[in-house]
Amino acid sequence: MADTSYAPPADIDARRTAALVAGLLGLAVCAVGFAVARDQFFRAWLIAYLLWLGVSLGSMGLMMIHHLSGGSWGMVVRRVFEAASRTLPLMTVLFVPVWLGMATLYPWTHPEHVAADEILQHKAAYLNTPFFLLRAAFYFLGWNLIALFLSRWSKAQDEGDTAVTRKMQRLSGGGLVFYALTITAAAVDWVMSINPHWFSTLYGFIFMGGQGLSALAFVILIAAFLSKRAPMNDVLKANHFHDFGKLTLAFVMLWAYFQFSQYLLIYAANLVEEIPYYITRTTHGWQYVALFLILCQFILPFSLLLSRDLKRASNRLVIVAIGLLVMRFIDLYFLVSPEFDAAGMNLHMEAGEHEGGFFLHWLDIAAPVGIGGIWVWMFFTQLRQRPLLPIRDPYLQDALESTGGH
Amino acid sequence: MAHVHDVPAAHGLMAEFDNPTALVEAANRARLQGYTQMDAYSPMPIPELDAALGIKKTKLPLIVLTGGILGGLGGYSLEYWSSVIAYPMVIGGRPFHSWPQFIPVTFETTILGAALSAVIGMFVLNQLPQPYHPVFNVPEFARASRDRFFLCIESTDPRYDREATRTFLDGLHPLGVSEVAS
Repeated sequence: MADTSYAPPADIDARRTAALVAGLLGLAVCAVGFAVARDQFFRAWLIAYLLWLGVSLGSMGLMMIHHLSGGSWGMVVRRVFEAASRTLPLMTVLFVPVWLGMATLYPWTHPEHVAADEILQHKAAYLNTPFFLLRAAFYFLGWNLIALFLSRWSKAQDEGDTAVTRKMQRLSGGGLVFYALTITAAAVDWVMSINPHWFSTLYGFIFMGGQGLSALAFVILIAAFLSKRAPMNDVLKANHFHDFGKLTLAFVMLWAYFQFSQYLLIYAANLVEEIPYYITRTTHGWQYVALFLILCQFILPFSLLLSRDLKRASNRLVIVAIGLLVMRFIDLYFLVSPEFDAAGMNLHMEAGEHEGGFFLHWLDIAAPVGIGGIWVWMFFTQLRQRPLLPIRDPYLQDALESTGGH
Repeated sequence: MAHVHDVPAAHGLMAEFDNPTALVEAANRARLQGYTQMDAYSPMPIPELDAALGIKKTKLPLIVLTGGILGGLGGYSLEYWSSVIAYPMVIGGRPFHSWPQFIPVTFETTILGAALSAVIGMFVLNQLPQPYHPVFNVPEFARASRDRFFLCIESTDPRYDREATRTFLDGLHPLGVSEVAS
């Protein structure tokens, strides 16, 4: 092979600039929204933030799985995972609007509301503003440290340090446990507590499965982009896309499994503490969103991804991946928005019965574009700093030579 | 079906090679010559052989899909029949046909149907176990599991001709060509 430096292709720069422009435009619209529709802004921001944080954390999770399991599928996109996990400092900063919006998003932040609600008084030891912020700081500290060390050691490996391979494997073992625990807690804090009476023990796993799915869909897009350009056109082959497709199929099923398990348990128990969650989501227009999710984030991608030919054809797999990323947004929208009314007010903020109904605000388009544009810009900034393959990894040669794709 | 010739019906003609490259090359030449009923034997897997022998894609995925769908329909029907028709009982105030509760069993029987049809379909398609196979009548074939590579053109092939096929195989420069008694 003539070129073994695996320098990123030059036309990444044009994509990077385009992403920055889209991101800044989106953020400008968000700024207008912050001024004129503040309640909607915070809700829309939270959903968009969770979508892109999911790509960062999902990539980090898959990267840690790859460090532990090895395999050609992860080796050829390890640099994509690493670049995506290095967006975490940016995502830490972009959490600030969620902090500022706590009063809009979370009913338990209002002392007078808690005073009138006995259940919330019992939960106050956990659901209170200082502890919420402390926990968020703890999650971000841990995630950033894992991403920092895995990235730093990977760079040391490029420079010839062979001892780091073992270190990366060890950190990945503990890191995956930390990720599973913190994402569960973060899902409870940031999303479940929007409806502070309701609870589900499977909630964190729904986020974990979703984040893995988001990350895989994103990686398929980047891998397809890279596979059409030097130097990766010699590396990324049909068997790699076959593997990505198989993993995506597994995560589609995993996501559906978690979602359905939660639904089945709540449906079967039919308890007054739990069932309102699904009553809200199966009435007033939300039932069509639910059906759309079942159809387009499970049945359709599941059926398509069964095909071996589709999985091996990167240009067709990309269409499925784009569809899945859109569905990831709709899924998060469906987790958050039914708890709000069309004006962006939390339905649980006031005592008594409130009824929402399906709505979509223009900020729900602007926020994912704004955060996404900045995110993708940051991603490309990170991706172009290093070779596209871990050139000194002891397992790289095996990975490149294997034709089976595992 | 009695043959008028004195020649006993053979299973086919088998050429012996000492390296995998020659085997793949021979299979390619035989395919281009128009032979379709042939098989290759090698001590280790050779990925290129499938294409060289002109082996078509396996039908197994279709069998597994059918098995899975039938298993799913069977599981759901069983639940429907038992909860709605045979033993309609009100449990927890839910309707008889409370489909979410039927999904786990439907899922499991889908997997069961797909897994069973994968295993059974595989054995039906590859015709294993096979206690007798004519290729073992050739003494040299014992080395097929060690260091020799064989290409056997079977007598069921429409282009098979005892003399012409032997001449063709000889032209591939094998270590030897043997007639395989059936």
